[in-house]
Amino acid sequence: MISYELIGITVLWIFLYGYLIVASIDFGAGFFAFYARATKQDHLINRLISRYLSPVWEITNVFFVFFFVGMVGFFPDSAYYYGSALLVPGSIAIILLAIRGSFYAFENYGSKDNTTYLFLYGATGLLIPASLSVALTLSEGGFITEQDGVVALAYFELFSSPLSWSIVALAIVSVLFISASFLTFYASRARDLPALKLLRTYAMFWSTPTIIAALTAFIYLSQHNERHFQNMMDLWWLLALSVGFYMCALWHLYHARRYGLAFVCVMLQFLCAFFAYGIGHYPYILDPYITIQGGATHESMGIALVIAFIGGLCLLIPSLILVFKLFLFDADYVKGRK
Amino acid sequence: MDTVWWSRLLTGLTLSFHVLFATVGVGIPLMIAIAEFVGIRKKDAHYILMAKRWTRGFVISVAVGVVTGTAIALQLALVWPNFMQMASNVIALPLFMEVFAFFFEAIFLGIYMYTWDRFRNPYIHWLLTIPIVVGAGMSALFITTVNGFMNQPDGFILEASHFVAVNPIEAMLNAASPSKAFHVLASAYLTGAALLAGIAALTMLKKGKSDYAQKSLKLMMSIVLVFSVLTAIAGDVSAKFLAKHQPEKLAAAEWHFETERGADLILLGWLNAEREVVDALRIPKALSFLAFGDFDAEVTGLEEFPSDELPPLIVHYMFDAMAGIGFVLMGVAVLYFVLLLLKKREEINRWLLRAIIVSAPLAFLSVEMGWFYAEIGRQPWMIRGYLRVEEAATSSPSVVFLFFLFLLLYIVLGVLCVIVLRRLFRNNPADLEFNKYLQDQELPPVGKEGSN
Repeated sequence: MISYELIGITVLWIFLYGYLIVASIDFGAGFFAFYARATKQDHLINRLISRYLSPVWEITNVFFVFFFVGMVGFFPDSAYYYGSALLVPGSIAIILLAIRGSFYAFENYGSKDNTTYLFLYGATGLLIPASLSVALTLSEGGFITEQDGVVALAYFELFSSPLSWSIVALAIVSVLFISASFLTFYASRARDLPALKLLRTYAMFWSTPTIIAALTAFIYLSQHNERHFQNMMDLWWLLALSVGFYMCALWHLYHARRYGLAFVCVMLQFLCAFFAYGIGHYPYILDPYITIQGGATHESMGIALVIAFIGGLCLLIPSLILVFKLFLFDADYVKGRK
Repeated sequence: MDTVWWSRLLTGLTLSFHVLFATVGVGIPLMIAIAEFVGIRKKDAHYILMAKRWTRGFVISVAVGVVTGTAIALQLALVWPNFMQMASNVIALPLFMEVFAFFFEAIFLGIYMYTWDRFRNPYIHWLLTIPIVVGAGMSALFITTVNGFMNQPDGFILEASHFVAVNPIEAMLNAASPSKAFHVLASAYLTGAALLAGIAALTMLKKGKSDYAQKSLKLMMSIVLVFSVLTAIAGDVSAKFLAKHQPEKLAAAEWHFETERGADLILLGWLNAEREVVDALRIPKALSFLAFGDFDAEVTGLEEFPSDELPPLIVHYMFDAMAGIGFVLMGVAVLYFVLLLLKKREEINRWLLRAIIVSAPLAFLSVEMGWFYAEIGRQPWMIRGYLRVEEAATSSPSVVFLFFLFLLLYIVLGVLCVIVLRRLFRNNPADLEFNKYLQDQELPPVGKEGSN
């Protein structure tokens, strides 16, 4: 029988992966929408982008809150350590999320064609992944100190660490790559050729930086946290799979066909890499303060959360399928006829 | 002021701002569902248009509600790390389910908004409102149980600051949850209806009577009437709960210092230097009746509690404001229907319209006052009997700076939200949209009852 804390962290990690994908699409789309406006190409793609984003933006945000609340629920100690240390960076992330979410609604449901709103929407799309990725850096250890019961964040170490900057860079380019390859697929479904052409160049453009940033972050990780690096090396086959899927996605994009498959490959590429990273992190949630076993909540709460989670999924999965059927896979909707 | 104070101010700021949008978020979906149902039932396009316009305004406020809700969810851990560490062990279940409920609501709201014309049977589209209403109600319910837990912690055994047994269900179904949840839900529906009634009244006052505004006003006032009665009942249940389980909170709200039988109910007034109540309205023995349903029952006074565990006495005014406004709303609704019956809707006079308009902001003020009372009345405890606020707060002095940063954020969001909403509806009045709508649709324009 697998223990409840392992179920918990697995579920949370899957959710974080889900957030990584849907949020990247969303964040990147915001950036591309603004970039297209700035370069006067917005007539090509912005209608397509808003058509996809309109029904799903809230869902994206909830993914994040879900992960956060689940994390604090399964591992209450993480509230204490990360909460104390992340007061300032966390608050900045909240403000960015708040600006992004509300300005999206203001732009989209309220006053159309306001470039300021669109700029804020696009800029936050890059700043939010950058600020959220700090939490991943912190989990590697060495940036959070605890002295006499006071938990503090070592800002100087954080800002002078090449690891933290390489993770920020990786976060940003991944967002753009994931988003562009999804939007390419979406444009091809809508049979919107001018948009497809533009978005495909975006996807191709951001593919190389993604793999370079990933390698850079990996190298800096080996210097910062030897144990984590070794664990990931033991999972070399997952990393190799990830690179394989990346090549596969690129091949399809390059040959301008089967964009759906290309996007699935991108998703699998990140799935493999994300899980290699996550499994390699085991058993720490925050190196060295919180481990999965030591930091887990009381067993009865853990089991209650797992049951609530299963019950919740039984409600959510059919509803999500409905959303996808109505908006993503309904060819008429995608083409703008509904 | 120390960091504890600023932590309280920051959290209070976020919550006061969020609760406006949260109340709209819980209240309005029910109104939309009712309007669309009535519209389909009566085959009256006015009501369908109501549902459409309300939804359009609603999503904008939902957006602000979502982002401020995210803010408070994170701030609980960022500003109160010790509280969250302790509470999470016991009360994580409803927090978790709250997110599920909201997720559910968000998904169906997305579907609802974009599928107005996609179903041949209009009831299928209406059915989509049910998960929205239920999801919103459930998230309010779950989050209220967390607040209930802070007042009446239950479902765990603590030994040497270590949890030896945790029962998440018991923690969720703590003694405070039922009355609180009832009060929160009823008042949210009341406030949602009062808001929409206020908007309809404002339109009538400014632009004269129209079928659309009149129908909207009548529908919403009937809901105000129903839910103002239910809210009053919920308030009574809550007072009786407090008298039994949290007497210091009720006593502070009523300035009831000495334990006595046949206690008077004190309205307004102030305290002189000797802490005696002066210039107050006294209703003999009413407090005993309010607390226990018996004019001679004994009500515990503040003297029974250690002086460092007493809530601030200012909550008296918050309590009076909350309850007073509740009765004003009920009175306005009753008056509206009396006039409607007597004069056969001939003349809803301008003063009544003005009163209905004022009712909308008053309803929100009442919700705010209720929460201020609930939160300040629990002082000095964060988790009553277990964790004091000063033990729970962050030690970081950054909260001072963050307070002003968030203040700025909420001002910007609040102002923009109002501007966007105004722009959305000002250039697109209901009658204009209705005519356009009739051209687009080939529905029978107005049902039998829409002739006057």
